[in-house]
Amino acid sequence: MSLTGLEAAAAEVATDAAVVEGRSQWQLTWRRLRHDKVAMASLIVIVIIIALAIAAPLFVAITHHPPNTAYPNQGETAAGNPVPPGTAGFWLGTDGTGRDLFIRILYGARISLFVGFVTTAIGTLAGVAVGLIAGYFGGFVDAVLGRFTDAVLAFPYVVLALALAVVLGPSLPVIIGVIAFFSWAAIARIVRGQTLSIKEKEYIEAARSLGAGPFRIMFIDILPNLLAPVLVLATLYIPTAVVFEATLSYLGLGIQPPTASWGDILADAQNFYQVAWWYVVFPAAALLITTLAFNLLGDGIRDAMDPRTERVLAGRRGRGQRRRRRAGRPPVISSSSGVPGADSLAMRAEED
Amino acid sequence: MALIGFLIRRILSGIVVVWLVSTAAFFLFFARPVDTVARQLAGRAATPQVISEVIRNLGLNQPIMVQYWHFLEHLVQGNLGFSYFTGESVDTMLKQDLPPTLSLVVGGVVLWLVAGLTVGIISATKARSLFDRFSNVAVLIGLSMPVFVIGELLILAVFVPLNQHGVHWIQTGYSGPSQGLSTWAGHMILPWITLAAVQAAVYTRLSRGQLLDTLGEDYIRTARSKGLSERRVIFRHAVRAALTPVVSQLGVDVGQLLGGVIVVESVFGLGGIGEVSVQAIDTDNLPVIIGFVIIAAVFVVVANIIVDLVYALLDPRVRIA
Repeated sequence: MSLTGLEAAAAEVATDAAVVEGRSQWQLTWRRLRHDKVAMASLIVIVIIIALAIAAPLFVAITHHPPNTAYPNQGETAAGNPVPPGTAGFWLGTDGTGRDLFIRILYGARISLFVGFVTTAIGTLAGVAVGLIAGYFGGFVDAVLGRFTDAVLAFPYVVLALALAVVLGPSLPVIIGVIAFFSWAAIARIVRGQTLSIKEKEYIEAARSLGAGPFRIMFIDILPNLLAPVLVLATLYIPTAVVFEATLSYLGLGIQPPTASWGDILADAQNFYQVAWWYVVFPAAALLITTLAFNLLGDGIRDAMDPRTERVLAGRRGRGQRRRRRAGRPPVISSSSGVPGADSLAMRAEED
Repeated sequence: MALIGFLIRRILSGIVVVWLVSTAAFFLFFARPVDTVARQLAGRAATPQVISEVIRNLGLNQPIMVQYWHFLEHLVQGNLGFSYFTGESVDTMLKQDLPPTLSLVVGGVVLWLVAGLTVGIISATKARSLFDRFSNVAVLIGLSMPVFVIGELLILAVFVPLNQHGVHWIQTGYSGPSQGLSTWAGHMILPWITLAAVQAAVYTRLSRGQLLDTLGEDYIRTARSKGLSERRVIFRHAVRAALTPVVSQLGVDVGQLLGGVIVVESVFGLGGIGEVSVQAIDTDNLPVIIGFVIIAAVFVVVANIIVDLVYALLDPRVRIA
């Protein structure tokens, strides 16, 4: 058999190993995650919230209260204030103009989740692309992209939202654009660090010697090893995006009334502190439960993927990482945590 | 001498940043039809002649580069332009609105750092204690809460019941320190807590992690085996080393702080420059918004220079030159 034939065979074995190894890694993670009570509870809460958001029109059919319809007679007290929960078929009371608060919170959930998922998806794709390119090519490309990433991380997002709301007028696409613009930088930074360490592995060298081009190496050979940390980052970014959206809508820079959004509901609630506690408490609780659930799930997935995280603090591995950092190298989240596939894959290639 | 060279270099690059930001802001805002502003100013029933006169009066009919040159000329003289509506100088307007913003930032940052670092240090030295567990939960909730929700819940849970029961020390709105320090603090205490809460959560987590890391170092064991008191080991040896990464994080967070300031001012009706700028959007009052963007840029640049200086003081390995 010719040399290239041997290499091709070896590469085939390596790819097979990658597939098997990758799948079992996900299974391992899932098995650990299933025993994490907090993470599973968060997952259930998230599923319920998504189900409620999807089923919002169903609740409209039950209560006969469309989200943007005001009920000045049943929905307001004689003084024109919101009515408390449980009055006249309004499960959570009404808002400042006599609309059903429960229905509006459900419709607000649709906006929050939509913005959260869409911006995280855009930000993750962009962040992975920028991080891969910066980490793989290095040098000038890395320097330029690195500066740009730093600038975005330090930029006050409310100020940019302010500027864009003036120029383009506040709307859903503008809000998604602003949040996505700020979401990729943190992901890019971490993907870059990972790429730096992975690109030195033997199997990358093998791929290169087989004649693979840079984009094939980046997206076929390196990217699969990054999926685990990127998944954790994305899960943890969703609540941040939800908070962004709520804040911008609260300031009047985001979703415009009468469309319901949690930030906008809470902005209106400010006029009714003295008379309607439910007007503040329920949307605030919806917001807090959603973000908390995503944060707890993200933490859980991270722990499940790397069961060492807690022990690293005192262990030898942790100290080794610190020394490397002190030595002036970039703070790579080394292969010992985060990219489980990479290590074992390299080892397998050696065994073969 | 190295210090002066460093300062000069940083200030020069800071000026370049501010220039870039203000240029970007200028072209972003002015490269769009001017009719909206003029029509708003001239009233609904204005004839085209009146509108074009308004545009001429505001200088919006000149070529964009001429306008840009005027803008730069004014900027160098420290003049941020004039409000479209009142004709008032933006400098004066922002100067009037600066005291609430400054009160908020200074008090909020002090509370943020003191609370964040204290809780972080106690948590790390008593890792896995009841206090540590409790603070971890609090940190997680703090990280998940938007600033304005914390503010609204504080108003609902503290301000409203206190005032209903005849305790009027805590108030919303703004009252300057010249009207009595106690009154001032009563107006500012809830905004300070609100601004500090989210950031304090981040810094508690950061300083706890760093300090736990540092406490595992060999030189800490050496210090303990020399017979130094635990207090001395922690504060002289560990905290100092653990704080340097925390300080470098500060530079990044200053920008986010500004976002928080805008929100807190709006929640409590403090009437600072952030709230005024948000309100300026409704009226398309561009000079005010550009003024705020430029001030924000200056603030971020200056704060980053200060952070770098503090960093160099804390960590002797960092050479300023």
